[in-house]
Amino acid sequence: MNNFYPFYLLFLFLFLGTQLRAQAINDTIALEEIVIAKEAFKDLIPVQTLSGTELERLNSYSVADALRYFAGVKIKDYGGMGGLKTVDVRNMGTHHVGVFYNGIQVGNAQNGVVDLGKFSLDNVEEVKLYNGQRSTILQSAKEFASASTVYIQTKKPVFKHGQDYNFSAKYKSSSIQLSNPSVKADYKVTDKVSSSISAEYIHSNGKYKFRQTRHNLDGSIAYDTIGYRQNSDIEAYRIENNWYGKDEKNSWQANLYYYQSNRGLPGAVIKKSDITLETENINERQQDKNVMLQTEWTRFASDHYQFLLKGKFAYDLTHYLSRKTVIFEGEEVTYNPQFDNTFYQQDWYISAAHLYKINPVWAFSLSTDLQYNKLNASRKGQGTPFTYPERYTFLTAAAVSANWGKIKAQGNVLGTFTHEKVRNNYKALDKSVFAPATFLSFKPWNNQDFIMHAFYKHIFRLPTFNDLYYTQLGTANLKPEVSRQINFGFNYSKNLTNKHFTGFHLCMETYYANITDKIIASPTSSMMRWMMSNLGKVENYGIETTLGTSLSLLSDVILNTDITYEYTVAKDLSQTPQGNPSYYGDQIPYAPWHSGSAIVNVNYKTWNLNYSFIYVGKRYNGNKNNIKRNEIQPWYTHDVSLQKEFVWNGHLIKVSAEANNLANQYYEVVTNFPMPGRNFRFTISFEL
Amino acid sequence: MKLRNLILLFTSLILLSSCRKDEVIYTSGNNQVTPPVDGKEYIGFYLLNEGNMGMNSATIDYFNYEDGTYTTDVFSERNPQITKELGDVGNDILIYGNKAYATINVSNFVEVFNVYTGKHIAQIHVPNCRYLIPHNGKVYVSSYSGPVEIDPNAEKGFVAEIDTLSLKINRTVTVGYQPEEMAVYNNKLYVANSGGYRVPNYDTTVSVIDLKSFTETKKIEVGINLHRIKVARNGDIYVSSRGDYTLADPNLYVIDPITDTVKRQLNLPISNMAIDDNKLYYYASSYKHNTGKDEISYGILNTDNYQIIADKIITDGTDKKILIPYGIAINPETKEIFITDAQDYVGSGYIYCFAPDGTYKWSTLAGNIPAHLAFVKNKIN
Repeated sequence: MNNFYPFYLLFLFLFLGTQLRAQAINDTIALEEIVIAKEAFKDLIPVQTLSGTELERLNSYSVADALRYFAGVKIKDYGGMGGLKTVDVRNMGTHHVGVFYNGIQVGNAQNGVVDLGKFSLDNVEEVKLYNGQRSTILQSAKEFASASTVYIQTKKPVFKHGQDYNFSAKYKSSSIQLSNPSVKADYKVTDKVSSSISAEYIHSNGKYKFRQTRHNLDGSIAYDTIGYRQNSDIEAYRIENNWYGKDEKNSWQANLYYYQSNRGLPGAVIKKSDITLETENINERQQDKNVMLQTEWTRFASDHYQFLLKGKFAYDLTHYLSRKTVIFEGEEVTYNPQFDNTFYQQDWYISAAHLYKINPVWAFSLSTDLQYNKLNASRKGQGTPFTYPERYTFLTAAAVSANWGKIKAQGNVLGTFTHEKVRNNYKALDKSVFAPATFLSFKPWNNQDFIMHAFYKHIFRLPTFNDLYYTQLGTANLKPEVSRQINFGFNYSKNLTNKHFTGFHLCMETYYANITDKIIASPTSSMMRWMMSNLGKVENYGIETTLGTSLSLLSDVILNTDITYEYTVAKDLSQTPQGNPSYYGDQIPYAPWHSGSAIVNVNYKTWNLNYSFIYVGKRYNGNKNNIKRNEIQPWYTHDVSLQKEFVWNGHLIKVSAEANNLANQYYEVVTNFPMPGRNFRFTISFEL
Repeated sequence: MKLRNLILLFTSLILLSSCRKDEVIYTSGNNQVTPPVDGKEYIGFYLLNEGNMGMNSATIDYFNYEDGTYTTDVFSERNPQITKELGDVGNDILIYGNKAYATINVSNFVEVFNVYTGKHIAQIHVPNCRYLIPHNGKVYVSSYSGPVEIDPNAEKGFVAEIDTLSLKINRTVTVGYQPEEMAVYNNKLYVANSGGYRVPNYDTTVSVIDLKSFTETKKIEVGINLHRIKVARNGDIYVSSRGDYTLADPNLYVIDPITDTVKRQLNLPISNMAIDDNKLYYYASSYKHNTGKDEISYGILNTDNYQIIADKIITDGTDKKILIPYGIAINPETKEIFITDAQDYVGSGYIYCFAPDGTYKWSTLAGNIPAHLAFVKNKIN
């Protein structure tokens, strides 16, 4: 703790300093007209965005579904309503993606995995993806701390003139037995403050059909089996109370979020003995309770000075139960290891960031974050003492930005310092790591919206509590996992005066990224022990293109298209303590060489038709070697949705029908986790 | 005009990237590894690749002395009608008569197939099955499964007796926690209990089962987390302990089959062993905290006098290529030594063949976690 103390003091100083300054400015220049600054470096770092109606029209249920349309993103989807969905950007691994909910990172100190399937799009206004980081230097230190960042912003209330409340209700159902009612109420407290309450209930038995077929070499059918996804049910509640405030000098929001779920964990579809299939009781379940209380406040104190404060408390409870049984010789017996564990996580977080603009060209910022994580557990029938880890993290980032009109630049250095405490077992060493990033953009012509940009980012992810404390093999010297990313690209957009072809945008990114000291959990000769090491290494490069067009076919018919295409090579250069393994240099598991998506949207008055297509090419599975046995076929889905808006007694009603996976392709994103075939979803929403 | 270009671009992109084809069965891979040898008593061996959990990638390879070829994944190809092939996590393979038996641990069954055709005969449901041993027209299989207890993992495992004609389970007997390998001597079945699910409260006993009454007659206190158990030529029973990965190192014990007590502790940290004649071949791979590495060693022990004959098996330095030795077997006829390399347990592994003097003969890529060998005798019609 001693090493940590000076940082803590520094933090306190900065934090208190903010408040004092804020007071002073309030008193002196409160009455001056101040123009709230827009995001100053809007085009420095390209962003992919899905928002508003665009998001509503896509055949997407969760944030994970929506992210599939972004170039560079791969979702690991274990299928079904209750199945885990995680996001990977540029094959760097899910731990290198920072997910921010209303500006504050959603964490999981236990395993670093954020299940994006949990975030339904019901109350979401906008989903954004930045490679590198967001184009602003006034942000928390945490926001500088990931290789890629996803921002989820909830819907801010918008009131019609003269109205100080809104009410809307929505009901979704689907052919995979989904029942999903939600309501939202907004209230205008004052002209500057509004509040909203949003609640949602999700129920699905998650049962869907899948088919496993193999053909003999002569084309005849070897086997053709139809199965039903088992143990994929979910029941979940979400209730959220959000507050928004804005005046000439301040902008703030506060969120209270509660989520609770009880779900079956659909396991890998593997071969099982006939009696197992007939008599097994899978009984593998997870219960979650998440409470999140967070707030952020930005103050535009003067033309030169702004600050940003954030704070968060989160409490997560996860109960994991696995007590699989089967009938053997007339008696119910167990199989597989049995677990009945409950984990309790606490996450406390505060951040203060300051931005000082010297002149129109130069600006500096300093952010300091302090975070405390704690993991408790109760584990039935387990004799090993639990570690009860606690982690103090102090992050500080200094950033500078310059704007010379045609050229914009940004640079930052992030320092991360951790100190851990444990009740049992050994503890991880204190860490202090520095990581730089630099961004550059160039706009050669004033009259053309053509921008070239480049960045280099060096960042790392810390070992999670599971990495450090789940096993005791090899973890004592576990280092952070480092990513380095170099990116070159351009974007060009143009509005045309053509009667039919109204505009387009084109974006192309090329990158090289590597992951060194990759944290790997390797099985050992004992199935209950895993060995942790930093021996993983991945080298990848690729190209991402996005093309969007707007066409006006007839006077009322508007057609928009968005196409992405991506090519990546991601080589596994991992080693073992004894030497190079047999898959050295092969493409890493689940990374396709080719992938892409397309969205075509036709709008005619109150009608809207949306078609979307996703393609993921040939990949290899978790057995790593690029051999025929491990190959996974490409998959592609065609989704269509039709929406109609109408007004009934002065109320807006929206009806939507969606058909997903129209071609009824039985595919797998992750080996042995089959995805649903053709399915339908219906939504009706009502606004008061 | 522009729209047409767009559609063209779009379709060409899709066509460029390949489309989905019909899934075909997994086919075998053939590799000539050594010159053909004829007229042997043992004409080849099966190798069971365990496959990682959840991957459904347990596979069986076959090596044929008569044409010197090593063929991967023979089971899937010869049994194309079986949905999801062999299954998830193979754990042991045994040849007894004209039948081969393989425990498919996570799939909860023992696969029985014809040794000479490789064709499926039967599936015997045994949840969480581990190891196999034959005796007197029966095959015994150990299992971690047990009746549900209030506390997770407090259930004792069992051994089941399979009748090799009816391929049905005759009898079962409850043994210790998470039983592993078994050995038969003097009409008694010795079962090494691990307690592997019960860290750190491992089991420390060998269960002695009287094969006539099929009841547990004794529990021999041996050492922590037992795993391997083999009978030597002189009747001595060798039992290995995995240790607890922290304080207790792996070890090797000798049980006297007359008194059913431990008579020797050999202080060898072995992981696996194969006994041929009066020689016990072993390797040890134990994790060392100070180096962060698995330390690997090999050796040969004389089972008549408990003396170490050699501190290596591989004599020409090829052992440096083996990342993690995982399976070991001796051809009883040619005395060739076979060692499998599990690599990092994730990628494909290798099988190595060494001459009796420990020099390299051949090696080839096997499946995922190659582990267990069973030699095939020339068929006597």
